[in-house]
Amino acid sequence: MLANEANPTISKSTGLPRKRFYRARAHSNPLSDSHFPIPIAPLHVDYSLHYPQVFAASDEVQVSKKVQFADIGCGFGGLLISLSTLFPETLMIGMELRDKVTEYVKERISGLRVANPGQYQNISVVRTNSMKYIPNYFEKGQLSKMFFLFPDPHFKEKNHRRRVISPHLLDEYAYAIGVGGIIYTITDVEELGDWMKACLESHPMFEALTFEELESDPVVNLLSSATEEGQKVARNGGQTFQAVYRRVQPS
Amino acid sequence: MEDAPMEYGESNKEIEVAPALIAVHPNQESVAVAVGSDLRVFDLQGDCAVSLVDDSSGGSLHKDSIRAIRYGANGKLFVSAGDDKLVKIWSTESWRCISTVCSEKRVSAVAITNDGLYVCFADKFGVVWVVDVDGSDGQAIVNKKAAPMLSHYCSIITSLEFSPEGQFIVSADRDFKIRVTAFPNKPLDGAHEIQSYCLGHTEFVSCLAFACNVEYPQGFLVSGSGDSTVRLWEISSGTLLDTCEVGGKAGLLESNGREEECCSAITDLCTNSDGTLVAVAVQSLQGIILLSCNLSARTLSLAKVVSIGGETFIPTRLVASRSTGLLWMITGVSNLRGYEYTSLARVRVIFGFNKSNHDFIQNERLVLEDDKVPGGSNLLEKLQGSVSFDEKVFVAAAEAVKTAMGNFITVCDTMAERRVRNADRGRIRDHNADCS
Repeated sequence: MLANEANPTISKSTGLPRKRFYRARAHSNPLSDSHFPIPIAPLHVDYSLHYPQVFAASDEVQVSKKVQFADIGCGFGGLLISLSTLFPETLMIGMELRDKVTEYVKERISGLRVANPGQYQNISVVRTNSMKYIPNYFEKGQLSKMFFLFPDPHFKEKNHRRRVISPHLLDEYAYAIGVGGIIYTITDVEELGDWMKACLESHPMFEALTFEELESDPVVNLLSSATEEGQKVARNGGQTFQAVYRRVQPS
Repeated sequence: MEDAPMEYGESNKEIEVAPALIAVHPNQESVAVAVGSDLRVFDLQGDCAVSLVDDSSGGSLHKDSIRAIRYGANGKLFVSAGDDKLVKIWSTESWRCISTVCSEKRVSAVAITNDGLYVCFADKFGVVWVVDVDGSDGQAIVNKKAAPMLSHYCSIITSLEFSPEGQFIVSADRDFKIRVTAFPNKPLDGAHEIQSYCLGHTEFVSCLAFACNVEYPQGFLVSGSGDSTVRLWEISSGTLLDTCEVGGKAGLLESNGREEECCSAITDLCTNSDGTLVAVAVQSLQGIILLSCNLSARTLSLAKVVSIGGETFIPTRLVASRSTGLLWMITGVSNLRGYEYTSLARVRVIFGFNKSNHDFIQNERLVLEDDKVPGGSNLLEKLQGSVSFDEKVFVAAAEAVKTAMGNFITVCDTMAERRVRNADRGRIRDHNADCS
């Protein structure tokens, strides 16, 4: 990794990738079938490639460890990096559809691992269409947190079905999240905020966190502060709309 | 030769070829066949052809290819649906259409709850809809609207099946997935609770059936796929119990010895009444493959290849009558060009499909001669539209069916999907080229 000193895409001072070489369009069509490998089933995902240091430990407990946090549409990975040190024992994965952005996050994580030995071993990224392949990556009830930060708003009504939060997709997220797990959503588009809240509110397997619960959850603050998109909104003095819900047993 | 059927398919986007379908009443009171937009029913009790009555439509019942037909488990309802985006629900008593439900998209699969209270249908955008037919009792029900119940995100659903005890609805798609969803008390409010996913197929899943008996009333799921395997699953956990490589065996055992045909998609499968046998139709196999299913050992194994002599008979659909132990098979397509027949449908019947495994497999002569088929030549004339056919038509039909299957799993309605379709066609063309 460090051998490519001449590589202009990696910053010489920090060893981290330079974002301007990884610019990509802000949106991606989730309906098109891109060509990337899809695991047949969660069992077929080799997580030792994602978390080599964690899985190098011979100890059984470590090896049987499963991913618990998923950041859907992780973008440039800001949230993952903040969460990594906050929950150092938890494995987490970012899912991103855009190829270049995924590459950036990969480089960023490996750069951080080199610069901070022993840290950032619990985060990784995978390029996939999470609207189609969540069940290929996660077993039933495996996740304890799922994040949907600043998703594509898809304003047109005919494109609402492309939104990453929708009544039917929530069924799949409810499958992947264990009872008690939490789904975090945030957007700077009021209309989308209302939509996401309405979808979660009317779903029988999710219930809103109370004000006190939101206050005491350290992750809630990260939603707007940790991501590149959130910082941009803050810089411009924009408003954000969040919806945080818990997975419950349907009555 | 390799490319001919594909070009044929592409130059005729408006007139798509559809494989012939067959369904049998649970007590074998009647048999239904669909070829293209044509729905044909023969009443075996009255030994006569049925004329279907549909007050809502003038003349033709369906205006485009029918893609799914099915009887309800209690035999009272029959459903037909397809490319004309209409779901027609029939009373099998009067053979009157009691309800026509409009779908937003083309319909690819249908299922009826075991209690006959709800009809479910899947559209080509991956949404499964539910219609309440309670209280119809053979009377016309008007203005029924379907409610969306669950969705496979923008995938084509290829098969829908209720579990034997009715707690689950199982849906299979072209993205290798099988989803098992708890069927709720109020299905009109949606089916949100996913019980499991059965993941293991490496190509589109084409067909589903349950193998069950008194000992295992909840049954095990059997699935067939474009990856030429048949798999056995335990659905409450989604565990893969066994995999049977059928394509390879079919290729090797084929009389013409063309081993390169070994990678053939499974087109349909069905189970017998005690869950001991699975009959499998394979894309280029003349005849069917019988698998032994051992529910207590949770295994599937090849039992026998049944060849059907006399003509090029490559079944497009299979259906068993559990009460009589007859396995009804059909081959055929609609919109066959260049022949005097515009469509072809040929029905053959295998007997003893409910016999104890061993006797049935030992028996050499399983296929009934036409005059021994229930209903005899009257039935064949109604369901096939003709009693005898030119051999060449079967060969052409077999090619057309291959094309149709490729098209069926790749047709969608957005620009993005259209691009995929072209890419997929390339793949299927390669696949066909490999096979010929």
